[in-house]
Amino acid sequence: MKYGYFPGCSLTSSAKEYDISLRKVIDKLGISFDEINDWSCCGATSAHVTNHKLSTALAMRNIMLAEQQGLDNIIAPCAACYNRLIISQNEIGKHTGIRKETEDLLSVKFKKDVKVFNILELFLKSGLNKIIENRKRELSELKAACYYGCLLVRPAAITKFDDAEEPESMEKIVEATGADTVDWNYKTECCGAAHSIARRDIVVDLSKKIIDDAITHGANVMVVACPMCHTNLDMRQRAMKRKYPDHKEFPVLYLTELIGLSLGMDEKELGIDLHYTNFKYADTLLNNSAKG
Amino acid sequence: MDKQNWEPKIAAFVCNWCTYTGADLAGTSRLKYPANCKIIRVMCSGSIDPVFILKAFERGADGVLVSGCHPNDCHYNAGNFHARRRWDFFHELLDFIGIEKGRLQFSWISASEGKKFADVITKVTEDIKAMGPFTAYKKMNSEFTIDFPEEPSELPEPEFQENSDKETE
Amino acid sequence: MKIGVFICHCGENISSTVDCPRVADVCRTYTGVEYSVDYKYMCSDPGQNLIKDAIHKYNLDAIVVGSCSPHMHERTFRNAAVSAGINPFMVEIANLREHCSWVHDNIEAATRKAIELMRMAIEKVKRDKPLTKIKVPITKRVLVIGGGIAGIQAALDTANAGYEVVLVEKEPSIGGHMSQLSETFPTLDCSQCILTPRMVEVHQHPKIKLMTYSEVERVEGFIGNFKVTIKKKARHINEDKCSGCGMCITKCPIKKKAYNSFEEDLAFRPAVYVPFPQAIPNIPVIDETVCTYYKTGKCGMCVKVCDREAIDFGQKDTIHVADVGAIIVATGFKLYNIDKKSADSKYKGYGEYGYGKYRDVIDGLQFERIASASGPTSGEIKRPSDGRVPKKIAFIQCVGSRDDSKGISYCSKICCMYTAKQAMLYRHKVHDGEAYIFYMDIRAGGKMYEEFVRRAIEEDKVKYIRGRVSRIYEEDGKYIVKGEDTLAGMPVEIDADMVVLATAMIPQDGAESLARTIGIPYDKYGFFNEAHPKLRPVESTTAGVFLAGACQSPKDIPESVSMASAAASKAIILFANDTLEREPVVAKVNEDICAGCFYCMKVCPFGAVEVKDVKDINGIVYKEVAYINQGVCQGCGTCTATCLSKSIELAGFNNEEIFAEIAAL
Repeated sequence: MKYGYFPGCSLTSSAKEYDISLRKVIDKLGISFDEINDWSCCGATSAHVTNHKLSTALAMRNIMLAEQQGLDNIIAPCAACYNRLIISQNEIGKHTGIRKETEDLLSVKFKKDVKVFNILELFLKSGLNKIIENRKRELSELKAACYYGCLLVRPAAITKFDDAEEPESMEKIVEATGADTVDWNYKTECCGAAHSIARRDIVVDLSKKIIDDAITHGANVMVVACPMCHTNLDMRQRAMKRKYPDHKEFPVLYLTELIGLSLGMDEKELGIDLHYTNFKYADTLLNNSAKG
Repeated sequence: MDKQNWEPKIAAFVCNWCTYTGADLAGTSRLKYPANCKIIRVMCSGSIDPVFILKAFERGADGVLVSGCHPNDCHYNAGNFHARRRWDFFHELLDFIGIEKGRLQFSWISASEGKKFADVITKVTEDIKAMGPFTAYKKMNSEFTIDFPEEPSELPEPEFQENSDKETE
Repeated sequence: MKIGVFICHCGENISSTVDCPRVADVCRTYTGVEYSVDYKYMCSDPGQNLIKDAIHKYNLDAIVVGSCSPHMHERTFRNAAVSAGINPFMVEIANLREHCSWVHDNIEAATRKAIELMRMAIEKVKRDKPLTKIKVPITKRVLVIGGGIAGIQAALDTANAGYEVVLVEKEPSIGGHMSQLSETFPTLDCSQCILTPRMVEVHQHPKIKLMTYSEVERVEGFIGNFKVTIKKKARHINEDKCSGCGMCITKCPIKKKAYNSFEEDLAFRPAVYVPFPQAIPNIPVIDETVCTYYKTGKCGMCVKVCDREAIDFGQKDTIHVADVGAIIVATGFKLYNIDKKSADSKYKGYGEYGYGKYRDVIDGLQFERIASASGPTSGEIKRPSDGRVPKKIAFIQCVGSRDDSKGISYCSKICCMYTAKQAMLYRHKVHDGEAYIFYMDIRAGGKMYEEFVRRAIEEDKVKYIRGRVSRIYEEDGKYIVKGEDTLAGMPVEIDADMVVLATAMIPQDGAESLARTIGIPYDKYGFFNEAHPKLRPVESTTAGVFLAGACQSPKDIPESVSMASAAASKAIILFANDTLEREPVVAKVNEDICAGCFYCMKVCPFGAVEVKDVKDINGIVYKEVAYINQGVCQGCGTCTATCLSKSIELAGFNNEEIFAEIAAL
């Protein structure tokens, strides 16, 4: 099965390493995909809070492009892109008025039912066995706190593939890489999201709570699948350190990076060195086990 | 036939518990609807034989409405489910033999849906009006037509028996 | 045939849009119509006398009344006809009011339609046949399914009226959920104390045959004449010999292999056990799944200590058959298990509340056991995890109830009250404890209910927070309850020592399959459907089957008891006659042309169709035909439409009659 790939703006900028690692991992696992030609904004954040019509049309434009490219499935790694795409698709499916309006705006007729997947669904669908079979590195010393944030498995009525309040699909994937997972409390708490720009203080407090809870429950790494979450949890650790001097740097990895590590790729290859926090302290752990 | 002044004749087969009572409610609520439709009450929509509908067409009906309780609300637990199955199939069959599908319509009207009853009757009447008179059967069965009000005699009983037997064989 | 036609003006209700004299005139021209008249009020005494006089004067065989809906006055006119000597089923009503005068404006159109409606009715009445009401004998014995408070009440009421009762309970003891409760709202009297005397009364009542640890397997027959097959599960104890001394229970070496379900899994029970000390009957049950004897063939400690030789390892399930005239279904409820991993629930759980993961997050019934003086903690409020006294408890209402996303849209009705009660009990027992209640709305409709809730708030200082809880997690031995206070518009966090969830009431396990066994409808949640939501709330749509208690919808104790008494009186009313009269609108098979395909059997919603052998002169069966049991048939007529050979007719609505109506369109 061939997937359409919709990177979205984050994966070409602040979350470049997400894009890099995703492409590497997918390639290694033998999943093929085509980037959607001429993709545009998904309609998130500014569009969807100001102009409903625009946000739907932007999202549907990308789905339309995929349809025209002959693709049946789209992967949207960014949680916000994923959310915008499925919600817009759901709305035009339910309301003929919105459908017509959007079709008129884009001068097309939607025919096919293009399926939109996020990263979790992709790995669950393509088979965890592929990851297990291709494992090159022993990661059992990693105790991962899987962080879903607010959007990855929501809204529950549409996503359906996991329990919105108590999700566990990411744990399944992380366990397939050989890393351990911890049972913790904050997996769907708010990281502060777009407050990162205007109210950094809120983000620092919220994200600090999340990291602290992960540490309390014995985690030594956090795994995320959302560029916004990663930005807040990773980049804002400096600000955390300033506000809470006893804060200890805590590594935050993209799910794809963790899979990449287990498949034997090194940090540079996966773009882990682009993070603000240092993953080096786990270096020995990785190197040791890579030899073994 | 003068199409301008033509008024369609519509037979409605309805169940005693939901739709008939719904029609009563339309009355008590003084809702207005066209006078073209006459109700034939049966105990349950499950008891409506397809032959009844054919007979109605044969006897001059231009349209037929079948209505019972909503699924799961049947007074007899499951009669309307059987009706639904039967009608899905029978509707296709009518289409196949050349009777326009719109001449036979179905709906679920509960005892509390007087408004819906009036709406359905109005819509069915308009639909049938738009389709025009149904003549196929009338031509075939002109010898049976009962002229009103000079009704000649009592209807011959054995005829019905024979006809119904023939059609179900 | 001589037909009389009577057109009612209904004051002006009909005559304002229908030209009644003209209708009567036209009807007079129809073949068979001997007499036709219009009158201002046909249903009035003079109107009825007009009908009766006409019947006598013109020797009428049948009458057609053009009036209001048959649902209004069919009975009136039938009675009038009967008193003048005509069979009541030789009366047809044409609905000229609800279906004609009230819904049309145009006098010409309405009058024409009225004439046509009359014509149809006249054609139908010509083919009507005199019918007599069907008489069926009644077995004056009641089957009560379920031995909770509803079943107990229904059984006692019926038995005290002098009728025999078979009370079937699937658990080893009667008592149901009420026996598990600590105190009851709004009086705070002890549940066991008021229930136990009733249980004993059931046990000792000469008219009640108590069958515990038994289940209804099959129900055949019809109102007044049900035949019920009951499976009595093997207790492995000879009930006649057992004295209930309890030695076997004390000496059983298997102490910790099975949870005590009466204690809501908060305690263990031995392999041989009675659910609770006051059990009725006080006869133990051996649990085969944990008993060593059934695994290794050894042990037999109970055999050694039983001086009455009552232990019977070889005992088998037995099948019993009972003939009853009425069935009262009182199977009750269970609590929705919100444990996400629980496989038995058809609803999605609340993983975020950690029920099943955290031992101190418990449901309402578990709290009842903790608060009960006979419970695992002897009535002291203690945490199940470490036995500490919780200093702060968060109660959460509407867990599952009123939550469309979990598939339960209804209100469980009792949770507002029992949560207030539980918080109150907690405050009475732990004086320095804090009780918080998260609620959506407080629904305290009932005598002294609102006052009770106010008492919890004002006297017992229970803190009510209006809002939902989003998550519960453990932190340093505390349970952090994160929620929202919608009145303050603020998020709240409570570090509780224990959390009590008022989970939704759902129908008891197996309710749907039991409903199919008996042949009664149930709603999408599995609650049994009443015949009419307002006017027939304790009857099911199947004649002779009555409903009591929470199996119909969530109910508290007083409501269950009143419904049980109502169901019992419905049964008693039924038994007031020796035979049962019912409308003769039933289906009948013409055996000569029945092809024996038995499609009718497949579609009959009531199981009224039976196979009948037709024998030749030598007594040899030469064909099988369908036979419709007139007592079971409810007269829907689904079989008549299904019958391929057109050999089934529904009395009062037979094909000939309907065809006549169609022909008169």
